[in-house]
Order: sequence, then structure tokens, then C-alpha cells
Amino acid sequence: MATTMSVSVTVNGAEYTADVEPRMLLVHFLRDELGLTGTHIGCDTTHCGACTILLNGTPIKSCTMFAVQADAQALTTVEGLMSNGELNPIQEAFKEEHGLQCGYCTPGMMLTGVALLESSPEPSEAEIRMAISGNLCRCTGYQNIVHAIQSAARAMAGNDTSVDGGAGGGNGASEGGGE
Amino acid sequence: MIPAAFDYHHPSDIDEVLALLDEHGWEAKILAGGQSLIPAMRFRLAEPGTVVDVNGLAELERFEESDGFLHIGPMVRHATIAGSELVRDRYPLLSDAAEVIADPLVRNRGTVGGSLVHADPAGDWGSVMLAYRAELTVRRAGGERTLPIDELFLTTFVTSLEPNELVTGIRIPAASDGEGGAYEKLERKVGDFATVGVATQITLADDGKVSAAGIGLTAVGATSLRAAAAEGELLGSGAEAAAIEAAAVKAAEASSPTADTRGSEEYKRDMVRVLTGRALRRSVDRARAAS
Repeated sequence: MATTMSVSVTVNGAEYTADVEPRMLLVHFLRDELGLTGTHIGCDTTHCGACTILLNGTPIKSCTMFAVQADAQALTTVEGLMSNGELNPIQEAFKEEHGLQCGYCTPGMMLTGVALLESSPEPSEAEIRMAISGNLCRCTGYQNIVHAIQSAARAMAGNDTSVDGGAGGGNGASEGGGE
Repeated sequence: MIPAAFDYHHPSDIDEVLALLDEHGWEAKILAGGQSLIPAMRFRLAEPGTVVDVNGLAELERFEESDGFLHIGPMVRHATIAGSELVRDRYPLLSDAAEVIADPLVRNRGTVGGSLVHADPAGDWGSVMLAYRAELTVRRAGGERTLPIDELFLTTFVTSLEPNELVTGIRIPAASDGEGGAYEKLERKVGDFATVGVATQITLADDGKVSAAGIGLTAVGATSLRAAAAEGELLGSGAEAAAIEAAAVKAAEASSPTADTRGSEEYKRDMVRVLTGRALRRSVDRARAAS
């Protein structure tokens, strides 16, 4: 039986090389080997999405991939969302719109949101709800999570006024209703 | 939860995969999208001594129409099918199903071939491929065979594939005029297993009569099931309401659901009838629009 294998992976732009057992799950690698504990473990059954990360830009559940499979791949975790000391617009929006209560699902929700806005910069509410349907929030805070993603979409489009002002609150509901 | 230890291989070509399968036999498992295998390994329901990762093998990711077929490589991800305009335009049964498999994050990793050979009767692709009358290309070291989808499933989680065989291709007949299909799935919530699913695919001839019909059932038997008698009710009919209802009744008779938290046998059997009717009506509408 193999003992360990070498893995070289880019995480949040930095290169890491480590020797790991093939059976080590990617989420354990991120948390225990690299110390990136922003990626959470929720259900351990591929349901909850708390361990969501981006694999080459695509959101996946890092509890359902082996670390050795990430060799030569590029990953983004919640720790990689900030740049130059500035919060990512989605982080700013989750803060302003109260898009979290306990915070457990938040890293996964934000990474799913980032990927959604990358592929669909002006998503309808229905698209947002579909996109986050693999990320469970047990505080039942979906309403504000949706608002936060809508708010981030506006901020990224450069026509937002709610993110840095006091007007956050409920103005997300009237927009993005679509069909 | 930590899987049992295993040897990991990531071959760079199919011959190497086949050699590993020959060498390790039942001890080896192919790792495709991993969305069923890895959870099973975490629960120690599966403890393969050797894992052969086939991610990144381009030949297994083929996805194109050619030679009268739509070729779907076994490593094509559910999300690729769901996001394909070609599929949405010409293979609506495929896109219907791809959009309701598990959840969006699982769809980004899970693969068509991995799901098929996992042979979970609650898996959506089994019934879809039965409705399309798909064929699989199956390779082993030094040989290749074509396997009709009807000969794949033996029982729950068991297929007719030998331990040294790898599915290298899946193909369905290329869409033509007068064809339409639809998938109907009843589930309690996103990501839950289907309570009942029904896949239907029909062809209308120039005279408006049904010249081909495929009906596959999800989660109502030990395997994905073909509702052959229901298909027979449609053939030669004008796909009128009475023929659709007769087919729906036959489909319900073909099912053998078991009671669980999702419903009683009677309920599920009746849902087969209801969903078969809905799927057939949508298939007919789509077939007429494609005529």
C-alpha cells in the first residue's frame, strides 16, 4: 500500500508541495496541512457544501475529492477572496446585507456566489437560488444570502450604492426578480 | 470520515488503465467524478485497494455529434450536458435530466459514465439511456465490445462489466426530425434521491404516428427499468390522450417500487403513471415542434 505521494498545488495563487496519503481528502489537506481553516467540514456526506472551494474556477465540494487529485491544479479558498487588504465585493456584500448568522456555510456560499457572478454577472433571483442549492444554510438565512449575491452583482457592475452606504437592508428584493 | 488506505494511480492513457485493471481485478476501482465512490469510501462501504483515476484522459471526454450518433464520453460531467446548447436544442431529454441530478456543485464533478456504471436504480442517467437506447463501448486489454444499455444493469450497484473492463464511450442515435423527449423527476428537495423519475423519448413519423418510443423508469426497482409494454402502447398510435394514458398505466405496472420515507409502494406506482403521462405529453409537444 502506498504510503505518501507528492502533491504540488496552487492555492490562492501560492504554490504548495506536500507529501500526503492518497486517501487524504482535499478538505483535510487544506485545513490540516495548509492551515486554511476557512474551508469548513459540515456533513461529511457530500450534501452541505460547507467545504466548497473553486477548482480551476469551478465550485466543487472539497470533501469529495482526494488531495492527490488536485496535483497541478489551481484552487481558491475563502482565504483567497481578499486582495491587497480589501474585501472581495461578495464579502463586503455578505457583511452589509447580513448574509450570515452563524457563518458556518458562509465561505462555501461566497465561493459559489463568486463563481456564479463570474459566469452570469446579472443573475435573476431564481438563478441565484438554483446556484446555491448545493449549499445548505441551517440558520435559514437564504433570503439575505440571495440579497448579498444580488448586492455583490450590482457592486461588481459598478452601479451599486448599497454596499458601502447605510442603505443596505431590503433593497435587494425589488431587483433581480426577473421572471 | 477517512477512507481506508489505497494505492493511487493516475494513468496518462487508456492502455495503462486497462493494464492496471487486468493486474488488480476486483481490488481496483475506477475513479471518475467520485461523487458516489468517494462518499462510499468515506463510509467504508467501498474499500478498494487500488484506485485508478481516469480524470484528464481526453478520449473519455469526447462530446460531439458524428456518424449518426451523439457521442458522450464517460467522463463528460453532468454540468457540461446541462450547459450545452446543442443538447438543449436537440436532446432535451438529456438536458432535462442533467439539470436535476444532485445539486450544482455535484454536477460540476459527477460524470455520465461514472453514474451509469455505479448502477444505482435512483441514478437518473440509467433510465434516460434506456429511453434513448444507448450503446456503450467497453474496452479491456486487447479487446473491445459494444454493450446495449439493456444489458448493462444486473441488479442494484451491479453491472455486467467485467472487473478488467472500462466504458470508453456512450452513444445515442443522433436527433432527427420528429423526435422529442422529456424527463420528469419527483424529489423532496434538491440533492435528494428521486422518489420516482421517468424518461421518455418518442419519434413521430410523417403521418403523425409514433414510430419509436423509449420509456425508462428511475428509482422504482432493483435497477433502472425499461417499460417495454408501455412503449408498445404508443407504437403506431397517434400519441393521442388515450394512448398516452394507456402507456402511463402500463409503465406503472412495470414498476416495482419499495416503500420508504419517500412514499408507499402504491403512491410511487401511481406517481410513475402521473409522471409518465407528463413526460410523454411534453415529448409529443417537442416532437411536433421538431417535425
